[in-house]
Amino acid sequence: MNPMPMPTETRRIATGAAGRDVALVAPRPHLGMPFQRDEDSPTAPDKEPRGIKMVIDSLTAGYGSHAVLRNVSLPVIERTVTAVIGPSGCGKSTLVRCLNRMHEIIPNACVSGRVLLDGRDIYGGHLDPIELRRRVGMVFQKPNPFPTMTVRDNVLAGWRLTGTRPPNADGVVEDALRRAALWDEVKDRLKAPGASLSGGQAQRLCIARALAVRPDVLLMDEPCSALDPIATARIEELIHELASSVTIVIVTHNMQQAARVSENTAFLYMGELIEFGATAGLFTRPSDPRTEDYITGRFG
Amino acid sequence: MQARPNTSGADTAFHATLVLAGLGVVTVLAGVAWELLSLSGEALSKGGIGFITGMTWDPVAEEFGALPALYGTLVTSALALLIAVPLGIGSAVFMSEIASSRVATVVGVLVDLLAAIPSVIYGLWGLFVLAPLLREHVQPGVQKLFGELPLFAGPPLGVGYGTAGLLLAIMVIPVITAVSREVLRAVPDTQREAAYALGATPFEVIRGTVFPYARSGLVGAVVLGLGRALGETMAVTMVIGNRYDISASLFAPGYTLAAVIANEFTEAFSPHYLSALAGLGVVLLGTTLILNAAARLLVRGVRHGGAG
Ligand SMILES: Nc1ncnc2c1ncn2[C@@H]1O[C@H](COP(=O)(O)OP(=O)(O)OP(=O)(O)O)[C@@H](O)[C@H]1O
Ligand SMILES: [Mg+2]
Repeated sequence: MNPMPMPTETRRIATGAAGRDVALVAPRPHLGMPFQRDEDSPTAPDKEPRGIKMVIDSLTAGYGSHAVLRNVSLPVIERTVTAVIGPSGCGKSTLVRCLNRMHEIIPNACVSGRVLLDGRDIYGGHLDPIELRRRVGMVFQKPNPFPTMTVRDNVLAGWRLTGTRPPNADGVVEDALRRAALWDEVKDRLKAPGASLSGGQAQRLCIARALAVRPDVLLMDEPCSALDPIATARIEELIHELASSVTIVIVTHNMQQAARVSENTAFLYMGELIEFGATAGLFTRPSDPRTEDYITGRFG
Repeated sequence: MQARPNTSGADTAFHATLVLAGLGVVTVLAGVAWELLSLSGEALSKGGIGFITGMTWDPVAEEFGALPALYGTLVTSALALLIAVPLGIGSAVFMSEIASSRVATVVGVLVDLLAAIPSVIYGLWGLFVLAPLLREHVQPGVQKLFGELPLFAGPPLGVGYGTAGLLLAIMVIPVITAVSREVLRAVPDTQREAAYALGATPFEVIRGTVFPYARSGLVGAVVLGLGRALGETMAVTMVIGNRYDISASLFAPGYTLAAVIANEFTEAFSPHYLSALAGLGVVLLGTTLILNAAARLLVRGVRHGGAG
């Protein structure tokens, strides 16, 4: 049932939960607002098995001579949520930034190993980073809307920045804002500057901005860390809805959040992947003592 | 500024010091303006609007018109900004966005050094290096290329509006560069990352994200440069040609407000003459204030209510 050929030297990587396994995930703890689960939901048991969207293969990355990630390998299953957890400084952000080549923007950044997107290495030279980043979108820890652009232009920023506009701009804006659960709050002030939204709204605007260009994969680096519980709950709900159409990789410090939103979880510790597997399994029966220590709050 | 309850003695003293410092700046500005106005009162009231629109500057006949000097100030400053804004902002972009941090540091130190050179040194260089260079090589060449366009008419003297504008540009570039560099560095990296993550190229990141975010600060840098160009006296006096006239040609000699004041202040033999020179000061101050305000309105207009 493991759909991915694992490199043999990879240590202690539990098999990824894919397809029907996901249905075994225990019901998510409820938040203030319950999730809508409809038939299309990715967790519906009779859904066809999902393939592998991305493969991270022996990825080593760092800054200058300082290796932050060492030999990390794991699969990212299509149209599921993969959580990345681990103590502060363990390399979670570095890992997700390697998936859309944002890592190399930092001077001195270095990376080796392979990252496959739909079976092809994003570092292989056939895909330039510009094109890649349109297929693998990103939402950052701190909401970073463009303050001088209007709400509408923020959503269209993927086109605005390149000096183009999409064929049906109004439709794109409404659709992206609806998918980001922000439409009702901002539909009357699309012309307001991006800086005029609250933190939670700004973060959802950033999600809309990333969704507007229709990425296959959405990377979220602690998207809720600046938000209050209500805004967090909305975004978790949103992640859940999005997972039916987009592959999501989310970094989080919040174990409950990882348990609530993800199908699979990767635990990173000091730059190494300690454990990867179905979220329910990893949280209830961790196979490595360090994972157990971390999820039970003994460090981190 | 409301005094809050519960402020300790130290807080109150600190607060008072700041208020005094603020008032001090305002007082000095008001004092200068008042002194200038009272000194120039005679010339301004006698000349009326003619003091600004008049073409003649004749201390013996006591006929004073500021227009040629005002024209010279505006033309040389505009020319300076035309050259210095793209180069200054361009090199600031190079330092903050493109160069490695080591290169940026070296270039930054050099730019700061350039900004610290006294203007009389620039003036000497302009007079002994730039002016002969322009007279012997550049101006004849330009005239050969562009025939008798009024913009380049007249004998190649080496000194004049063009030379002064060019020299001012060289003096203003380090100011604009240094300020713009800081303004661009203050743009948070999260803004750049947001744009990169949407698939923008480095050029698009700068044009679409960094510039809009830094816009008001960049205008501030240009306004500072403009202030320096308008008020620069020593270097301009040395290369402007000191002819009290208006000419469309960049090669023609001219005068600026600050240069007239500097050249003639010591020899102002009558109170009315002195008053007319102070009047030029008022015109210069007014020009600076008006252009400053215009620049600020421009930013606000472009920003239309957004945060900047
Ligand atoms: N720009 C950089 N230059 C040099 N070292 C860096 C840089 N960014 C991160 N690091 C180092 O890389 C390591 C991993 O950083 P990373 O941001 O990936 O951690 P993280 O797991 O996301 O932590 P957090 O949970 O606190 O966000 C840290 O030790 C950090 O000091
Ligand atoms: Mg991080």
